[in-house]
Amino acid sequence: MNNSKNLVEMKNIHMCFGKVVALKNVDFKVGENEIVGLIGDNGAGKSTLIKILSGVFPPTSGEMYIRGKKISNRGYSVRKAHEYEIETVYQEKALGEKQSLWRNIFIGRQISNFFGFINVKKEKEETERIMKELIGFRGVGVSADSRVGKLSGGERQGIAIGRAMYFNANLIILDEPTAALSTKEVTKVLNFIRKIKESGRSCIYITHHISDTYSVSDRFVFIDRGEIIGEYRKNEISMEELTEKLLMVSARDSGKGDN
Amino acid sequence: MNIKNNKISLPGSRSFRTYAVVLVYIVLMGIFMITAPRAFLDYKIYMAFLSTVPISLVMALGLTFVIIAGEIDLSFCSVMAFSGFIFTYIFINTGSTILAFIASLAAGAVAGFINGIIVAKVKVPSIIATLGTQFFWAGLAVVLSSGRSLIINEIRPSLLYKIFVGRIGGIVPAQAIWAFGIAIILSFILNKHRFGESVMFIGDNRETARMMGVNVDKTLIQIFMLSGVLAAFSSVLLACEMVTWWSTQGPGYLLITIAAVFIGGTSIYGGEGTIFGTVVGAFIIGSITAGIVASGVGGFWTQLVVGLVLLSAVFINTFISKRRT
Ligand SMILES: Nc1ncnc2c1ncn2[C@@H]1O[C@H](COP(=O)(O)OP(=O)(O)OP(=O)(O)O)[C@@H](O)[C@H]1O
Ligand SMILES: [Mg+2]
Repeated sequence: MNNSKNLVEMKNIHMCFGKVVALKNVDFKVGENEIVGLIGDNGAGKSTLIKILSGVFPPTSGEMYIRGKKISNRGYSVRKAHEYEIETVYQEKALGEKQSLWRNIFIGRQISNFFGFINVKKEKEETERIMKELIGFRGVGVSADSRVGKLSGGERQGIAIGRAMYFNANLIILDEPTAALSTKEVTKVLNFIRKIKESGRSCIYITHHISDTYSVSDRFVFIDRGEIIGEYRKNEISMEELTEKLLMVSARDSGKGDN
Repeated sequence: MNIKNNKISLPGSRSFRTYAVVLVYIVLMGIFMITAPRAFLDYKIYMAFLSTVPISLVMALGLTFVIIAGEIDLSFCSVMAFSGFIFTYIFINTGSTILAFIASLAAGAVAGFINGIIVAKVKVPSIIATLGTQFFWAGLAVVLSSGRSLIINEIRPSLLYKIFVGRIGGIVPAQAIWAFGIAIILSFILNKHRFGESVMFIGDNRETARMMGVNVDKTLIQIFMLSGVLAAFSSVLLACEMVTWWSTQGPGYLLITIAAVFIGGTSIYGGEGTIFGTVVGAFIIGSITAGIVASGVGGFWTQLVVGLVLLSAVFINTFISKRRT
């Protein structure tokens, strides 16, 4: 077993949205310098789990530890998660549509003075830099001042990922970041994850593309209808077996649905 | 090179929107200069606007923040009546303008705080919450004053009176300077301060704002408090200008203030709007009555013209938004 310390640990997490039970009894952890591939069917509860971890909403019940320190569910927030260096690329609604790119990069973590006034010039410069160096926008008509609403789906995901790269967190959570990306751009994201690994940091990578997650992850966590149903280290399972497992889960689901 | 391209304000850009409202204003003034040259070619009427428009403008500035956040405040006019009562009542009973002023602003802040709590924490839609508090504060003002007016002629010699509604150089109404000053500060806050950015993201998409680390509830409460405090400040300007407070002063300001914000190009869908637009919008609304009366067509036409101007301004804005996407 891996004895290195856990970066984050979630214990016995339950999450209900009204009558919908999205997570039951979930134990989930991410080790230091570990890439975790979170795998599951649509509606399995992946996004719900990582939103709890990144402070969007508290779990209905359960405990959370960051670097061994217990986190109070009530006092936790996105801002706190940022302080703990947890950075998230959300699956949807990750950007303010009517706002400019530079505002979207820095919202919540503005470069501002003592009185809270934003250094607009600096933020725009940094945004241009992020676009060129981190995202590699060739920038046809797209600048720091462009509004998100006019970007393509891939460009949007590029911005969200660029933001995560820029803030250089210790744990980077990527929730289906490649859905709208071309093959070439997917490669960039996978290289980014490898860079995370090389620099000693951790990542949770959610995707429906098994080959992608297999190529970068150290460990795979299966989640199905709100429950963790399996965990495998990379050396315990081949990509074919992993694919088979996922297909089996889907089959089990549709089988039940038919009854 | 593409960066330069983006700096040019093509139709459909945000700045074109603000030009549109200025255009509406210029056209309106042009019409009045033709139909009522005597009044509108004389500087005095513009000084009259500078004394009356600031009252609704100050409230419209607060309302702009509320609407950009995707909310509405229908209570500001009653908050104005109530905090105006506090101001005049305390002044009459203590003789202290400072005390009266501070108490009035505090009353506005409390009223705004209550709105904010109901909307952000109890999660009552703001249109209902502030409709309720509109009745409440108006009612409280009537009950406390027994429906009587309060006259404060004694305030005329005070420093506060001179500072707020005196005539600079014997001509320019001081309240205009205050209103413009507040507008400039709020414009900076909207565009360059963390608070303003939070307001825009909340109005754009609340879920996104929360995921980006914006404290949505706290910001909403602050927005409603801003609206309340500005309504109170406006009540002080009105009480000083008229040296009178009367219990039914609020309702007349409700619709013209809301109209000023929308004419100014602030989107009902939230997420965007400008302080500059609201300033021009308030002057457009404020000029219409005077323009119509001076043109000799009769005051009956006022509402009709306000309606036409509002519709055309909103039409232009919608047209521009459609072109942009
Ligand atoms: N805010 C919410 N309110 C009510 N139900 C929700 C909410 N968020 C998620 N759910 C429900 O919780 C379950 C898990 O959703 P979740 O988004 O976590 O799935 P997922 O694994 O991320 O799926 P996908 O692969 O499609 O993104 C679903 O049944 C979903 O309908
Ligand atoms: Mg999801």
